Amino acid sequence: MRISIYRYDPDKDQRPYMKDYEVKLEHADRMLLDALVKVKAQDDSFAFRRSCREGVCGSDAMNINGKNGLACLTKVADLPGHVTLRPLPGLPVIRDLIVDMTQFFKQYHSIKPYVINNDPPPERERLQSPQDREELDGLYECILCACCSTSCPSFWWNPDKFVGPAGLLQAYRFIADTRDQATNERLDDLEDPYRLFRCHSIMNCVDACPKGLNPTRAIGKIKEVMVKRSV
Amino acid sequence: MSVALPVRRFDAIVVGAGGSGMRAALELARANLKVAVLTKVFPTRSHTVAAQGGIAAPLANSTEDNWHWHMYDTVKGSDYLGDQDAIEYMCRRANEVVVELEHMGMPFDRLENGRIYQRPFGGHTQDYGSAKMAMRSCAAADRTGHAMLHTLYQQNVRANTQFFVEWMALDLIRDPQDGAVLGVTALEMETGEVSILQAKATVMATGGSGRIFAASTNAFINTGDGLGMAARAGLPLEDMEFFQFHPTGIQGAGILITEGVRGEGGYLLNKDGERFMERYAPNAKDLASRDVVSRAMTTEIKEGRGCGPDADHLLLKLDHLGPEVINHRLPGIREIAIRFANADPVRQPIPVVPTAHYQMGGIPTKYTGQVVVPEGANAESIVPGCYAVGECACVSVHGANRLGTNSLLDLVVFGKAAGEQVIKDIRALPSPHRNLPKDAAEASRARLARLDAASAGERVADVGNDLRRVMQAHCGIFRFPEDLALGVEKVREIAGRAARVFIEDKSKVFNTARVEALELDNLVEAAMATIVSAEARKESRGAQSRADFPERDDRNWMKHTLWYKEGNRLAYKPVHLRPMTVEPFEPKVRTY
Repeated sequence: MRISIYRYDPDKDQRPYMKDYEVKLEHADRMLLDALVKVKAQDDSFAFRRSCREGVCGSDAMNINGKNGLACLTKVADLPGHVTLRPLPGLPVIRDLIVDMTQFFKQYHSIKPYVINNDPPPERERLQSPQDREELDGLYECILCACCSTSCPSFWWNPDKFVGPAGLLQAYRFIADTRDQATNERLDDLEDPYRLFRCHSIMNCVDACPKGLNPTRAIGKIKEVMVKRSV
Repeated sequence: MSVALPVRRFDAIVVGAGGSGMRAALELARANLKVAVLTKVFPTRSHTVAAQGGIAAPLANSTEDNWHWHMYDTVKGSDYLGDQDAIEYMCRRANEVVVELEHMGMPFDRLENGRIYQRPFGGHTQDYGSAKMAMRSCAAADRTGHAMLHTLYQQNVRANTQFFVEWMALDLIRDPQDGAVLGVTALEMETGEVSILQAKATVMATGGSGRIFAASTNAFINTGDGLGMAARAGLPLEDMEFFQFHPTGIQGAGILITEGVRGEGGYLLNKDGERFMERYAPNAKDLASRDVVSRAMTTEIKEGRGCGPDADHLLLKLDHLGPEVINHRLPGIREIAIRFANADPVRQPIPVVPTAHYQMGGIPTKYTGQVVVPEGANAESIVPGCYAVGECACVSVHGANRLGTNSLLDLVVFGKAAGEQVIKDIRALPSPHRNLPKDAAEASRARLARLDAASAGERVADVGNDLRRVMQAHCGIFRFPEDLALGVEKVREIAGRAARVFIEDKSKVFNTARVEALELDNLVEAAMATIVSAEARKESRGAQSRADFPERDDRNWMKHTLWYKEGNRLAYKPVHLRPMTVEPFEPKVRTY
């Protein structure tokens, strides 16, 4: 398998360049991540993030032949013989495939990603019907890998002002939670030309999400709640 | 080497941002202490995220239950090596900490009446080990760890906890006078700079060392960093021979398939289509304790009843649960099986083998999280300023074998308890920090300087792979005396090679080669502790199963192992057989 990888080490490189690697895969090497571990064994200066290798930690997001995805969930068999890997687009590169995710997490933090409920907590669990709990499915599973936000042109243009698909998916996760009492404040915070309304339903996010989640749908739901509130 | 390193001062530092570290940090941040959490990966990437099946609490939402039954199951599950005071403490606080998680917003599944959904799990019974299973595992589908870890991170965001993300702790700093821990040295990965983080309390929450085995359910990051730090600082490691092999890792890939599959009604089959667990555990069957199921599976494979062309695995059948249950309760498992086993569990069974999963041992602590070591006549003298929680700690609530769902519980109960203890201890201390010893960072600097200078030697990846292969072959589910003895020699040899590794990459910026070399040092300590302790324990108990000593030997071996790096020395200390308030559970023959 031939892999071309974006390389850049600010400590020694004037500018980024692409470097080609040949890796011999064995039967057990099922995923792109297995191939990257082999590249790393050949050339220990190649830097990338990885951890759980099963698609739940969100570390190894990268741009694979032009599309964002997780290396650990990308089957080698589904790739052409020549693969090109670049860092997630739109974020500053620290080194090789490692990007600076500060802006991404800042947006996540900005939506107050926690249940706000000012009633004194009861002795036991707060009750929630299975139907109400189901509203959180497709939302809470986000792994914060940033595949969606970094495939979104609106986020590329305004990463400091537009919350982005990942943050908005989580914003709706808390609006949708029957235990949360801050819907009004959350909507106020998003009712802004940039924070929510920079989404133009391009739907790259839906295409990019390795967990099959649908941020565009969540954004639509937020808008629905906003409309309902205003009438 | 005389340039002074930057020193940052805090009330408390927490090393690691998994479930236990973040639970401890939350307690500290809410008390308005100045706390720093160091983590080598972004917090939600910690391995707690991969826990699937649930967190134990006797909420009794579906079946009658109480903490006494949970305590009995945990003591029995531990093969009577768990400390009964710590086990009582954990089980009594289980409902409180799980309800707290719910209040924090954790998205538990729900029952029709709105309460938290609970499922059965291995070894959790009603009425002190009766044939009736307790529904005790509180679940968020099969993503309980993910739901819990994200919730704890979110709460820390709310509490303004200060995180040092992608900072790797290197070594503990101890006061030469009384051995108190004064902080850590740490590497900021983005810049390559080394600093001292000084604190009145240092909480180790670095997770396990599952990466010492070739076939492991564990993430790449589980390299036993806290164990290596403790060992190099002269602290012992407790009960490291007890390493849990989870019955159901995907064959070849090692990815975990939750015991919750069997909790929901799935079961194991051999090549004859026989539900073989009925022979090994007539009552609990597929929901016997993990050590029991893993041994039964290994025996089936050894005796030629494995499945597939190489007769090397067994099948986990769950299609009879129907797509409804699978999609609703086990969606993550379905996704994983399709991706990593090419099997859609709605139609096909999943090929599984027992896979290294969880380290019961660790840094010895009390139930308060305080690290304790033998000193003179005192088997458990407190090391001032030093705490450990989660998988890197040995409280010991899991003893020789952990029950499923007790690990997430362990994280939050003892994360919280350690936080409470730290607050108490810090408030009793004088306000200035102690002086750091002059050579505080010397050990870390020497390790880094050697890596920077070396231009030839062993390759990190090769040494690590050899270590994992040796551990797999010599220290697995069934252990043989000659294998163990030879394994100790081989690990010793590998330790020698690890001291001679070199890296080609000398960059300061995000040098992951350097990180992997530093991790290898920690893996070596964890592996050495594991195999040396295993070789010395001449009995079978829980996860340790020796061919030459097939029985449990309470007369000689009802004791905790303590391994010291220096000279590979072993010592032992008594098990706490007395609970806090209830009558002890006397050791019995353990059947399921």
